Amino acid sequence: MTATTTAPPALSPGRRFRRFMADYPIVPLIVLLAVLMVVLEIMRPGIVNERWVANTVKFAIPLAILAACQTMTMLTGGIDLSVGTIATMAAFIVATQTPVHGPAIAVMIALVPGVLIGLANGIGAGVFRVHPLIMTLGTSLIGTGALQVYQRTVIATGSEVPDALAWLGTGVTGGFPNALLVFVPLAAVIIYTLRSTGFGRLLYAVGDNEKASRISGVHYWQVIVAVYIVSGVLAGIAGLLYVGLIKAPSLSLAEPLLLPSVAAAVIGGTSIFGGRGGYAGTIVGALILRVLTTLLTILHMPEGLRDVLFGLIILVVTAIYLRITSDT
Amino acid sequence: MRWARPDRRAPDFHSLDPRAAPPPVTDSDPLLLDASGVVKNYGAVTALRNASLSVRRGEVHALMGANGAGKSTLVKILTGAIRPTAGHILIRGKESNVHSPAEARRAGLVSVYQEPALIPDLDVADNLRLTQTPVEPFRAWVKELGVDALDLREPARNIPLAVLRVLDLARALAAEPDLLLLDEMTAALPANLAERVLEVVRNQTRSGRSVIFISHRMLEISALCDRATVLRDGATVGVVDMAPGAEEQIVELMLGEKTGRAERRRATRTGEETVVDSGATPRLSARNLRVGTKLRDVSFDLLPGEVLGLVALEGQGQDELFGVLSGSIRPSGGSVAVDGRTARFGHPADAIAEGVVFVPGNRVEALCMQRSVRENIALPFSARIPTWGPIRRRMENGRIDDAIDRLQIDTRAQAEVQRLSGGNQQKVTIARWIATGARAVLCFDPTRGIDVGTKREIYRLLRELAARGTSVLLYTSELDEVHLACDRAVVIFNGRVVDTLSAAEADEPTLVRAAYGLTGTAARPAPDAPAANADPVGPPA
Repeated sequence: MTATTTAPPALSPGRRFRRFMADYPIVPLIVLLAVLMVVLEIMRPGIVNERWVANTVKFAIPLAILAACQTMTMLTGGIDLSVGTIATMAAFIVATQTPVHGPAIAVMIALVPGVLIGLANGIGAGVFRVHPLIMTLGTSLIGTGALQVYQRTVIATGSEVPDALAWLGTGVTGGFPNALLVFVPLAAVIIYTLRSTGFGRLLYAVGDNEKASRISGVHYWQVIVAVYIVSGVLAGIAGLLYVGLIKAPSLSLAEPLLLPSVAAAVIGGTSIFGGRGGYAGTIVGALILRVLTTLLTILHMPEGLRDVLFGLIILVVTAIYLRITSDT
Repeated sequence: MRWARPDRRAPDFHSLDPRAAPPPVTDSDPLLLDASGVVKNYGAVTALRNASLSVRRGEVHALMGANGAGKSTLVKILTGAIRPTAGHILIRGKESNVHSPAEARRAGLVSVYQEPALIPDLDVADNLRLTQTPVEPFRAWVKELGVDALDLREPARNIPLAVLRVLDLARALAAEPDLLLLDEMTAALPANLAERVLEVVRNQTRSGRSVIFISHRMLEISALCDRATVLRDGATVGVVDMAPGAEEQIVELMLGEKTGRAERRRATRTGEETVVDSGATPRLSARNLRVGTKLRDVSFDLLPGEVLGLVALEGQGQDELFGVLSGSIRPSGGSVAVDGRTARFGHPADAIAEGVVFVPGNRVEALCMQRSVRENIALPFSARIPTWGPIRRRMENGRIDDAIDRLQIDTRAQAEVQRLSGGNQQKVTIARWIATGARAVLCFDPTRGIDVGTKREIYRLLRELAARGTSVLLYTSELDEVHLACDRAVVIFNGRVVDTLSAAEADEPTLVRAAYGLTGTAARPAPDAPAANADPVGPPA
């Protein structure tokens, strides 16, 4: 029941609350984010300031872009486990190609592996019906291996993170991280694509019911190939921003972001079964994960315990969230 | 998961098994099975009101009834798959306490269902071991049934369907059941195997064993069976001794008082009438379509502005026919033409490009349940790659609103289709193609499980579509409503067109007779397109 229509009298207040939550899942997420920030402020008064916000946002952006890959592929009922590798490849390639070809061409080259791996993922999952989990895991391993081979060929060239990427990744202008210059338009395009383009409509449709989309004339493989290519390109962009932020390319640079990117999408309300979710929620999900990380860091706990707590909180939050937003 | 009981393992206990030493001659009770007053309710829904079935020793007994009469519920109760709400079931004169198919098997009742029962990933020998079927008798039966050279190590999935059915039967026979229950045993069999099966079934009765035989093929029934029990609307309405002329009696019983009702209904046909120009190029024509063993040879023409009814009992090839026409299944033979031009559909998109669209009967198959009403209707707008860009809301909204209005879809719960009632969901599946525009609509049982009011609305809408020149192919399981919605009706039996009737002729008794293969092909050359002209109900508008 949407807010604009009259509710039938039979719905109880609890049911109505759940329907509202189901229709506007972003509301509880924003509330949760606000609560976490209040908790943080109470535990360490004064920590929530302009610098901290800018820093949190800065680190959340590469995560949020990788989570966009998960959101889009999860909407179709898939997942993309190759995004960590793609981002790492893009970062490593841009750093090693800049000394040779200059930053502009290096960036172009850096995005090529993302397109190729995305294409392979799409063909595997869409045409040959390999489960995306296996398909993307496989291409991810292949990518990692290829990167190691590549590394030997560029040992002599040295590495250099382009100034532009460093400026985008770490720079803050007037309190706003420069990365927002890339992220805001990108997020706007993704949200617009999901909500208001035919492609976005099909992502939801094939994930919700592939058979129904088929009898409506949709070629499944076209949608899947396209979404994994888009995912590969986005992962490449995330890698470029991330190397600008970390400034130290390595062979496993973005791998630690892989599972948080899945978590961000799930916390953001995208169903791993497909057909339900959106990018706005994912962005808030990425922010929530970053704030949680800060929260656990300032508790001065041993690393292991921190991870245990982190995992528990994600599970509990997701469970509660699914409970209050599912209307059945 | 049930653990195997000791008595199923240890051979010592076999002597306690009643079927090991059947005392058929000395038994005073001539009835092997006697079920009476059987009632089954599912919540408020009554599946069986008052069913009875008695099977004598040494007879082949047919169980007859139209779709939904309660045959399968009764069978499930007899085999212990479900429990009756009330009623008595006596086996050999004693109250039955069969609570599972395995217990039924031990009591001497073995059934062979319509779908192959061997586990595809196991080979034949392992499948036999699962049911503790002795191998040698099984081999003997397989041979007896006309299948030579069977490799027991062959995985079941590599065995053709017809042979699988024979293996199912052989496995059942190897258990030496007193009462064998065969559900549509011959449906998937080629003629030579079917003959052997019938012969073997007949021979079963010589040794005092009995068979319950369920089939849609009336000719088999009259050739094979001694008596027939007829179910209608969940109750046994008669037991017929098979003799010449008994087929008619069975059909009368299956129809009940409906024969007279159809006459009265004829006057109440709803919706607009159309002039169908039988000389026009057919919008959609099928020629000698074949799909495996299910669809054997189907040809017909769907004319512009016509609602053509398709009538068939369950599993006569209609699913495959709709699959081929909508582009989901590739035919193994024959051709489809749209407006006189041969068309090859490799994907539903190809059919849609020709204006041929499919409305499945199963709404779960047709709708994105978590999406809104509007998104579901708009789905085909974005199917092709050139339409993947920004959605043209103004164009879409006009057409969607129009479709919602025309179908009077209740949009109060439109945010997710799964919140809609079944009838409203069905309307959404049709609205999709009204908004998008279609030239031939293939409706597969669109009124299954929806209320009478919505049913009427859907029929009226189909007539309206036809009045505007759209062609409609309507498969419906509700035979008494065919003449309300259709201009002509094509009857399919066993994968072939057996009859073509005008709306005036297509009353329920005629359709049932044709659908059971009792009339048709022999009497009349099919397909006879001009039948629509002879329709006295539809005066030219």
